[in-house]
Amino acid sequence: MSLPLPNPIRPAFDRGGSPGAVIVNIGPSHPATHGTIQIVAELDGERVVRTDVHCGYLHRGFEKECESHTWHNLIPYVDRLNYCSALINDFAYCEAVEKLMGIEITPRCRHLRTLLSEYSRIADHLTCIAAALMELGAMTAFLYLVTIRDYIYEHLAALTGARVTYSYGRIGGLANDVPEGWLKRLGEILDQMDTFTGRVHGLVDRNRIFIDRTRDVGVLTTAEAIHWGFTGPILRSTGAPRDLRKDTPYLSYAELDFEVPVGIKGDNYDRYFVRMREIDESAHMIRQLADMLEPGPICVDDRRCTFPEKHLVYSEIESLINHFKLVMDGPQVPPGEVYSAQEGANGELGFYIVSVGGGVPWKVHCRSPSFVHMGGVHRMLDGYQLADIVPTFGSVNMIGGECDR
Amino acid sequence: MAHGTLSLLIEPARLLEVVRALKDRFGFDMFLDVTAVDWPQRQPRFDVVWHFYSTRERVRVRLKARVPEADPAADSLTGLYGSARFMERECHDMYGIAFRGNDDLRPILLYEGFVGHPLRKDYPKQKEQPLVPYRTNEAAK
Repeated sequence: MSLPLPNPIRPAFDRGGSPGAVIVNIGPSHPATHGTIQIVAELDGERVVRTDVHCGYLHRGFEKECESHTWHNLIPYVDRLNYCSALINDFAYCEAVEKLMGIEITPRCRHLRTLLSEYSRIADHLTCIAAALMELGAMTAFLYLVTIRDYIYEHLAALTGARVTYSYGRIGGLANDVPEGWLKRLGEILDQMDTFTGRVHGLVDRNRIFIDRTRDVGVLTTAEAIHWGFTGPILRSTGAPRDLRKDTPYLSYAELDFEVPVGIKGDNYDRYFVRMREIDESAHMIRQLADMLEPGPICVDDRRCTFPEKHLVYSEIESLINHFKLVMDGPQVPPGEVYSAQEGANGELGFYIVSVGGGVPWKVHCRSPSFVHMGGVHRMLDGYQLADIVPTFGSVNMIGGECDR
Repeated sequence: MAHGTLSLLIEPARLLEVVRALKDRFGFDMFLDVTAVDWPQRQPRFDVVWHFYSTRERVRVRLKARVPEADPAADSLTGLYGSARFMERECHDMYGIAFRGNDDLRPILLYEGFVGHPLRKDYPKQKEQPLVPYRTNEAAK
């Protein structure tokens, strides 16, 4: 029995503009499109004339699901947006809710969130560069980078209990403080990372094959990048020093010393190099933050969102009721709306949330950089070779979880 | 002003005029986001919400316009910002807001043939409409 299966998409074009044109379909089940993106391309020989990019294969109704859970229960869901740097999602979401509630987090929490955001950014950039290089056949560089990423994952598992999706942020604080010896191991990993990224620089930077595949491929100008909504490393690779950590400082970024690396041409090579330099800057920030950490509470003392200590829940009625109300009704967020954005690993990660009061959101909308980038990625694919789709797409770092939500 | 963002409620008919002024006179060169909020008990039912960012002044602005359920439509900003193309498609998917002037409102996160708009409050969360029918025990034999 084989009924014809309905096509989930309707391509923008099904015949070419010129007699010799060929239409090919790439993805979604293709490793270079990360398994979720489908590209319908018109080819003239090996040259890509135009492309029609489709997403949605990983859509799982994130925003709908958010409207029937309490504010706290959403934290595991936001983890699964950008699963390469899940902690940044946690903190961006928590910050949005805290803004609505008028909560100011404690200094230790602020520094720790900043430190972990940068740590996640390193993991995300390592993943992106490693995957992009592997797609070009650079297995050694891939192994160097994912080795470090795995050290980071294990190290984060020691802190949060999970390797990839941590559920570690809390509204008004964090799940727990860092365990003993954690910061010492952090320094060791960063030192080893410096060695390994140095080797990758040596292997790749002046490698003829790598330069031929990436230099002047997928070029984007600053004006084009802004017109098509690109943010993050892609916008910076065009030479615009736009970074929310500098432009609208949040968390502890105003107190840190760091640079915003930019590219010259906005091509694949620049996107690789901007990410490599950002890893260095993030490591520099983490070292500063580790020195700045002062002892103190990690959660605000606010009964609207912070859970009481367990031994009090078992011994006094007020704490028991408080715990019960927080679990059953959720944190009480006053009515209002807020758009709050942080610099995610891929660009501006914004949460637009609307509350009508009470423990359940009326609306949670995520402005995810990957989705916006997919709207403009055809500018980087059209006019280049078919084989250039692989390195260009790799350098965009599309993350299915946040693109399709 | 709310939580550090200027929020403007405008007439839907004046959208293009306001956005042109924002872009040309006030330097809001980046289109961040468009979405909608459903208020089933209210007339008009939907808020359409836009966010813009100025890379020069480093501030955001929010525009809101109320559109009725009978004619859920707003002008498209694709002529001013390329990035509006995908985001308007998503908003059309989820809330059924028609963007006049966007010639490509094909489903984007949903699939061809999907009936309804899932982020409207009257769309049941548990409703299923699989593109490929579930396999029954009979078919598996």
